[in-house]
Amino acid sequence: MSPEAKKEKKFALTLPAEELMACGHLACQGCGATLAMRYMLKALGQKTVLCIPACCWAVIDGPYPYSSLDVPIYHCAFETAASTATGVKAGLEATGDTETTVVAWAGDGGTFDIGIQALSGAAERNDDIIYVCYDNEAYMNTGIQRSSATPYGAWTTTTPVKHFKNRPKKDIVAILAAHRIPYIATASVSHPEDFVKKMKKAKDIRGTRFFHVYAPCPTGWKSRPEDTIKLARMAVQNGYFPLYEIEDGEKTTVNLKLKERKPVEDFLRLQGRFRHLKPAEVAAVQAEVDARWERLMRSCAG
Amino acid sequence: MRKVIMGNHALSYGAMLARSQVISAYPITPQTQVVELLSEMCADGTLDAQFIKVESEHSAMASCIGASVAGARAFTATSAQGLALMHEMLHWAAGGRHPIVMGNINRAMAPGWSIWTDQNDSLSQRDTGWMQFYCSSNQEVVDTVIQAFKVAETLMIPAMVILDAFALSHTYEVVDVPDQALVDRYLPPFKPSIKLTPADPRAFGGLTGAEHYMELRYKLQKDMEKAPALIEETGREFGKVFGRELGLVDPYLCGDAEFVFVTSGTAGFTARVAVDELRAAGVKAGNLRIKVFRPFPFDRVREVLGKVKKAAVVDRNCSYGAGGIFYQEVKSAVYGRPGMPPLIGYVAGLGGRDITTAQFKEVAADAMAKAKAEEEIVWIGVKK
Repeated sequence: MSPEAKKEKKFALTLPAEELMACGHLACQGCGATLAMRYMLKALGQKTVLCIPACCWAVIDGPYPYSSLDVPIYHCAFETAASTATGVKAGLEATGDTETTVVAWAGDGGTFDIGIQALSGAAERNDDIIYVCYDNEAYMNTGIQRSSATPYGAWTTTTPVKHFKNRPKKDIVAILAAHRIPYIATASVSHPEDFVKKMKKAKDIRGTRFFHVYAPCPTGWKSRPEDTIKLARMAVQNGYFPLYEIEDGEKTTVNLKLKERKPVEDFLRLQGRFRHLKPAEVAAVQAEVDARWERLMRSCAG
Repeated sequence: MRKVIMGNHALSYGAMLARSQVISAYPITPQTQVVELLSEMCADGTLDAQFIKVESEHSAMASCIGASVAGARAFTATSAQGLALMHEMLHWAAGGRHPIVMGNINRAMAPGWSIWTDQNDSLSQRDTGWMQFYCSSNQEVVDTVIQAFKVAETLMIPAMVILDAFALSHTYEVVDVPDQALVDRYLPPFKPSIKLTPADPRAFGGLTGAEHYMELRYKLQKDMEKAPALIEETGREFGKVFGRELGLVDPYLCGDAEFVFVTSGTAGFTARVAVDELRAAGVKAGNLRIKVFRPFPFDRVREVLGKVKKAAVVDRNCSYGAGGIFYQEVKSAVYGRPGMPPLIGYVAGLGGRDITTAQFKEVAADAMAKAKAEEEIVWIGVKK
């Protein structure tokens, strides 16, 4: 193979051509969550049903009687993504449909906060669902309020700059890993091939599968819509949001190994929500990212 | 087949005979035996159903909703605090038109902690859009579960089958457990016209603006208005198949009565004994037991009350600041109608305190001594 052909092959898009998401949705410009949905459906295909609680996607899909998706959706209560999906799966099984993939699709508030009880219950029972948390790191649909997924240092409307969030983001992946479910993966809209590959892998696994998808939000992060992919990629490359998977709660594999991690400061400076951070606070973010990265490396080695 | 079973197991047999396909439940005293028996039935193959052992009542109702929208017949059971925790999802089940049937064991709300009966738990869910059937015997419990599925699935409105804690839930009675083949004839499989399936992708319950929302709720009310006739029709059909008719109300010796009790639940059967004793003493008494609270049987209540001189509504519940809840409803049924008797409201038996025949006779004496209706609620058996 010629060097040109090799280069061509390396950059060829491997995403399925099937489109189950139409234009006409109601997302903001540069919305990461919208891309995440599109990629997930490309991986799972049409035999999929979605349970979507209160979150940006409750609106993005479109108001009654419209829907921008070509798969069925049940709009469920805020804290019930997992429990509704569990019921849907049981109902489909009871009526003879054993093939359809049932997905709970929730934001970070619906996952890290109000929905964590139902999620933990489903994970402990190992209910046969895929739970996807698209994480834009705050309650964006209600107007940018902090959630337990909001990172240290971030401004939100309930963590004003004089009183910014001073606690780290909850480690939702570790919580799910502690349930020893068969499959957990992180994914980012900047790496669609990696996301689709892992989602396809998850589709063929039975039991509870959990995805933590990084989904930048220009509206809430005070970033430029055209920087969404750039920010997501920077977060992956500086170790702020590493791409990895955990099988059976034990076997951790880093999907994108980083020879050197870029400083987190460049990433923070592109977002208005971190504008107020002083050098010492930026250093604190860097230290936290470094510590997290070290933990991840240790868990891969162990 | 005749069996001696507890009220809770009557709920289990009802859910089994209805061929429930998904059961999702969380334990709470005094409901536990309902789901214990169903769990065994699922385990030994007596019942071919998915049993989801959820981590809360909120998730129990959420997963019943998921199962129902996927096209399965779903059943659950709860009580008191569990029912209150479900409150949000009760609105969801009714608003989404998911015909789930749920057993609720009437138990007083905490604090102080109580596991004993009163009706404030279920009556607090009055406005959620669920039908509510109040039972007075274990036979009525098993029969009503089967009928409730038929009515619920016809109207696409969920239904609650309600029984008193301990007074019925843990009391053993002889029950004629219906024959499965007859139940199958009476209750066809659940076949909703639309459901959550990739074969017919639809979005359920999305953002609904002011131009559509009101029509959805109008339809719920209009379908609820069809429920009284449907409950009577399916109740008569039940009578033809099983020999026991089921209705909206259960009048006892009301034909020539001058004075009636208006009651519900197990107190409704205690009142019958009091009626017999009053009649033996020369008082033309009767008892109107209200079986269905939502939809409220306005016509049936008026038919009985229009012929009597006075009525005493005995409530095992209280809407604080207004009084007994059945009393409020009965008042609204007779309001502005000529020929209706004065009504007097009584509150008794909260938190599992016994309501005795002696107390019913005390109510009768008090009511008959009063010349006209009074706003003040009379508390029976309370230590003041």
